[in-house]
Amino acid sequence: MGGAKHFTLRLLLIAAVLGVWETLVRISGVPEYILPPPSSIFRAMYVGIMSNVYPQHFMVTLTETLLGFMVGTALAFMLGTLVALSRRVEYFLYPFIVMFQSMPKVALAPLIVVWFGLGLTSKVINAALVAFFPLMVNTIAGLRSAEEDRINLMRSLAASRTQIFFMLQLPNALPYIFAGLEIAMIFALIGAIVAEFVGAERGLGMLIQSMNFNMDVAGQFSILLILSMLGLILNGMVAYARKRLVFWEVRNTGEETANSSQKGGSI
Amino acid sequence: MNALDRAASPSRAASTDVIAVDHLSLTYGKKDTGVLALSDISFSIANGEFISIVGPSGCGKSTLLKILAGLLPPSEGVATLNGTPITGARRDIGVVFQTPVLFPWRTVLQNVLLPADVQKLDKEKMHKRAMDLVRLVGLEGFENRYPRELSGGMQQRVGIIRALIHDPAILLMDEPFGALDAMTRETMNVELQRIWMESGKTILFITHSTSEAVYLADRVIVMTARPGKIGDVFDVDLPRPRPLEVMNTEAFGAYVKRIRVALNADGGLD
Repeated sequence: MGGAKHFTLRLLLIAAVLGVWETLVRISGVPEYILPPPSSIFRAMYVGIMSNVYPQHFMVTLTETLLGFMVGTALAFMLGTLVALSRRVEYFLYPFIVMFQSMPKVALAPLIVVWFGLGLTSKVINAALVAFFPLMVNTIAGLRSAEEDRINLMRSLAASRTQIFFMLQLPNALPYIFAGLEIAMIFALIGAIVAEFVGAERGLGMLIQSMNFNMDVAGQFSILLILSMLGLILNGMVAYARKRLVFWEVRNTGEETANSSQKGGSI
Repeated sequence: MNALDRAASPSRAASTDVIAVDHLSLTYGKKDTGVLALSDISFSIANGEFISIVGPSGCGKSTLLKILAGLLPPSEGVATLNGTPITGARRDIGVVFQTPVLFPWRTVLQNVLLPADVQKLDKEKMHKRAMDLVRLVGLEGFENRYPRELSGGMQQRVGIIRALIHDPAILLMDEPFGALDAMTRETMNVELQRIWMESGKTILFITHSTSEAVYLADRVIVMTARPGKIGDVFDVDLPRPRPLEVMNTEAFGAYVKRIRVALNADGGLD
């Protein structure tokens, strides 16, 4: 696929869907607070951006997401490395890992907001918590994925454990780690939004919540649009870094990412 | 000279022997209840010699190589390299595995330099040596390519010169051409003979191909299975360098036949 012709077809298809949506809503007389027509959504978007309301809240959510991502993935990488390299650490942490992995992490959001308040901290912590597991699981899997022959090669050269880690295991794990980072980025955004739902003074999630109370459905749709674009951009940034750093990996479909997200477990 | 005696007597271990294996045994699991993988192995390899070990799968030839590479401690007996016992990984051994085992994030040159990086050898000197080796196997122009851009035969060439970069006392090769197609395999055999003659290295070559063993080796050691033991040993007295056509000669055929008989007599080839 690809090419200018297909791209045009894609745009036409999107335009057609929006056109049908607009027409159906207008003909059927569905009230705006149930399903707004696209025109209302774009109007809400325009007003929101021009009044500087959306940009302000956008920056809040973006900050929470990025900070949560950085904290969560840094801890996940460190702990994942410890678990992968030390059987003893793994033995003692395993029960906790299993328990947390099967638990829907977003269910902790109310507690976290109670503990850390309505401000930035609770959102960062929640985002970090949700982003943590996919990367930790992938870090462990990646560091353990080094083929036996590669390990034997390093050992036969009298390489130290540190050398085996940095020259073999870590680069070998990079494809896994980046798959984990891609998921963690999206998960961090989800974690931030959910924590805002539970209790916040600012942020796009909080904005959705308050629009819901006011039955401003067009406004909610416009924010959903912004969030999906934000998710796309954040994911694209990680994917770009991956392409540059894991240059040796041949990847032609998104299937692998889908597989690794299963490894990452639930949100 | 009786080849069997020569191989079996460790007392022959003179100063020219690179490897001396003395009553080596390996048991997987507990000593009394475990599986005996290698039983009472003794042989020695002289400096500059090319030795092939043939045997059926499961005869423990790869296990033996792992012990010599210092990756596995023997249960009994001792193997010495240049007079010192092999008790763990050491820096004067080069190993070539069944697959090339290249790191995809390293270029050809960087892969060849891996042992030098691990052992922190002089960078400039090693770089020059690596380029010489790259030329030796006809890979010039490919030194900055990544492994996935290379054919299977080219990759295994990289695997071989990587094992030579740190100038080891012995090259241990574990069925290095087993994964290659027949044509490439023959080419690689010719090439390996040339590398061996030019580098003067001592080589221990493990294979399950009888003709490959005869073509390459000065001496062929036959191993038998369950438990892995040394059977007959054959001196291959064919002039060097051996062209591929040597495989069509009567003398070559006779060696292959005798070794096959030795393998079959021990219930070898399945």
